[in-house]
Amino acid sequence: MHPLIPFVAAATLALPASAAEIWVTNEKDNTISVIDIASLEVTRTIETGERPRGITFSKDHSRVFICASDSDTVQVMDPETGRVLHDLPSGEDPEQFVLHPNDRHLYIANEDDAVTTVVDTETRRVIAQINVGIEPEGMAVSPDGKIAITTSETTNMAHWIDTATRRLFANTLVDSRPRHAEFTANGSELWVSSEIGGTITVFDVATQSEKGKIGFKVKGVHPDRVQPVGFEFTADEKTAFVALGPSNHVAVVNAETLEVEDYILVGRRVWHMAFSADKSLLFTTNGVSGDVTVIDVAQREAIKSIKVGRFPWGAALRP
Amino acid sequence: MRRLCLTLAAMALAASSALADLAIPMIYLKQEQERPPTLSNLDPVPEDLGQAGARLGLQDNLTTGAFMGHAYTLQSLTVPVGGDLLGAARQALAVSPFLILDAPAPSLLGIADLPEAASAVLFNTASADLSLRSGNCRANLLHTLPSDLMRSDALMQFARAKRWDKLALIAGTHPQDIAFAEALRQSAAKFAMSLRAEKTWAFEADMRRSATGEVPLFTQELGAHDLLLVADELGDFGRYIAYNTWLPRPVAGSEGLVPTAWSHVVEQWGAAQLQSRFHDLAARPMRPRDYAAWAAVRSIGEAVTRSNSADPETLRSYILSAGFELAGFKGRPLSYRAWNGQLRQPIPLVTPRALTAQAPLEGYLHQRNELDTLGLDAPESACTAFR
Repeated sequence: MHPLIPFVAAATLALPASAAEIWVTNEKDNTISVIDIASLEVTRTIETGERPRGITFSKDHSRVFICASDSDTVQVMDPETGRVLHDLPSGEDPEQFVLHPNDRHLYIANEDDAVTTVVDTETRRVIAQINVGIEPEGMAVSPDGKIAITTSETTNMAHWIDTATRRLFANTLVDSRPRHAEFTANGSELWVSSEIGGTITVFDVATQSEKGKIGFKVKGVHPDRVQPVGFEFTADEKTAFVALGPSNHVAVVNAETLEVEDYILVGRRVWHMAFSADKSLLFTTNGVSGDVTVIDVAQREAIKSIKVGRFPWGAALRP
Repeated sequence: MRRLCLTLAAMALAASSALADLAIPMIYLKQEQERPPTLSNLDPVPEDLGQAGARLGLQDNLTTGAFMGHAYTLQSLTVPVGGDLLGAARQALAVSPFLILDAPAPSLLGIADLPEAASAVLFNTASADLSLRSGNCRANLLHTLPSDLMRSDALMQFARAKRWDKLALIAGTHPQDIAFAEALRQSAAKFAMSLRAEKTWAFEADMRRSATGEVPLFTQELGAHDLLLVADELGDFGRYIAYNTWLPRPVAGSEGLVPTAWSHVVEQWGAAQLQSRFHDLAARPMRPRDYAAWAAVRSIGEAVTRSNSADPETLRSYILSAGFELAGFKGRPLSYRAWNGQLRQPIPLVTPRALTAQAPLEGYLHQRNELDTLGLDAPESACTAFR
């Protein structure tokens, strides 16, 4: 055990609620921009390894994990100090990852290796590597922790991993270049976005069968440029916000009818997003314009752009 | 077939063949060609040009195939200069209906017209010849390499957007130079540019020693222009033009700003991953012909994956259907033009060190697909074989 952990955890819990932050990885600056949610300003810029992309916090938010893709490592950082505590073995070119509900196992997509790596964050050891399709990217784990998903961009599949045996038990085709996957909170549905296909496929988790597909149409933008990437569900799960890449819009999708209700103009090439703690604000990373758009979730309106580093990619909430 | 050199490039993965429901054999058929000498030997043409791209496509297909129970194989067949290409093609077609062809236009037509090829799916990955996409098209011959006109249209869109309306052209004397120069003229007319002067490059001198002396005088006669076009497709003299011109003007075409199917400087849209996979495999940067061969093998793979069939007729109709989409690392789904079998694709405009722009440029609209602002559109193509 590391003697530091309990101490830092206590310190984090003691912070007032107003200190909530959004952490944004800047892919081409090798930094993280920390946005203070109360003031909507960048308050800190923290150096990372090369090409930081995926970012996620441990359950108690005492640690932040960062995929430093070109450094071929996952960095573990103390969010208080911004100091890198240690690196985790991650396999080559880690792009995205997801932390298992056990708060211990990281499932990492190794983009250049066609492999999903499972790392134990306590022992800092690789405990499994699972062969998946080419260019694995999207990662998700079911709320009960029994299923992990890797999507492969060139093989165009969602690979279903049994987390007990760490073996694939299903491989389901989706449209071209799947990029992101999320389970609904009750675990009954899996959503997978396809960037080039321009769709989100909704799967019934029990049967791994397709139960619906969402298409997008942004006025004045050619359908080829409407490219769904990251997405998030609202607290009640009735609505999903979907980043549409170079169409520079975020779609608001009715998660029950799978109809698109609205499109919100954001910055250029929108990638991923994170909610504030009460899910009243949504922060989108806009790769090409190098900024973050703040969306008022209730009003479905962009209310501010915040300049961050070059090519902001991932986003995570630190409450 | 004493002259044929038959190499087994790759076999199905042991893992996938165990549960394979479908076998998809593919053959890369290459006719070796004499290459005229060029002034500089700085950039040798790789031995495995094209083939390496096909091999990468095979790897990509095999991974998907392993999950689907589809076993792909790729054999490579090379016919030496003057060898019996049609005999080799017959031999290949006896093994597989899916041929990736690396041969000049007349040879492609010879293969496509073989009775054995009637129900085959052939991919042209090596010839930019416009007539193959027009009056000389064949229903069984698809094209993954962009035509000369797709490239020249891409360049003209860029020049037009920059308001570099006044053009001059220097063209070499090889058939490929003449064809590309003609495409540049057509594109200039299409985008209402003014091509004011043309000269043919027919120097005998060694430009490595005398470019600074000769090129200013040679280009002085071109008169006023904004952009100097160079048609030098074999890389003979073009490299000596830039910075030696009479007027300080940018150079584009075969040199300078180059419209191309692919270049190692393309890194957006996930291309960095394709580039690094290719480099791991071939230990060199990926070139346009590699990209065309990769796209051909991947097109077969994508069609097999989506239709769960190895029947060439089924795959051909799927590839030409509106439902077909290939993720080609150029930011938009790639598909085939149903009127002439050309793979529609964005054209990067590159310098040796960076991507400058990618056509279609913003603002060039089309009623069906903006990618169809590049190359022969349906009303312009004289192709009837696809109807």
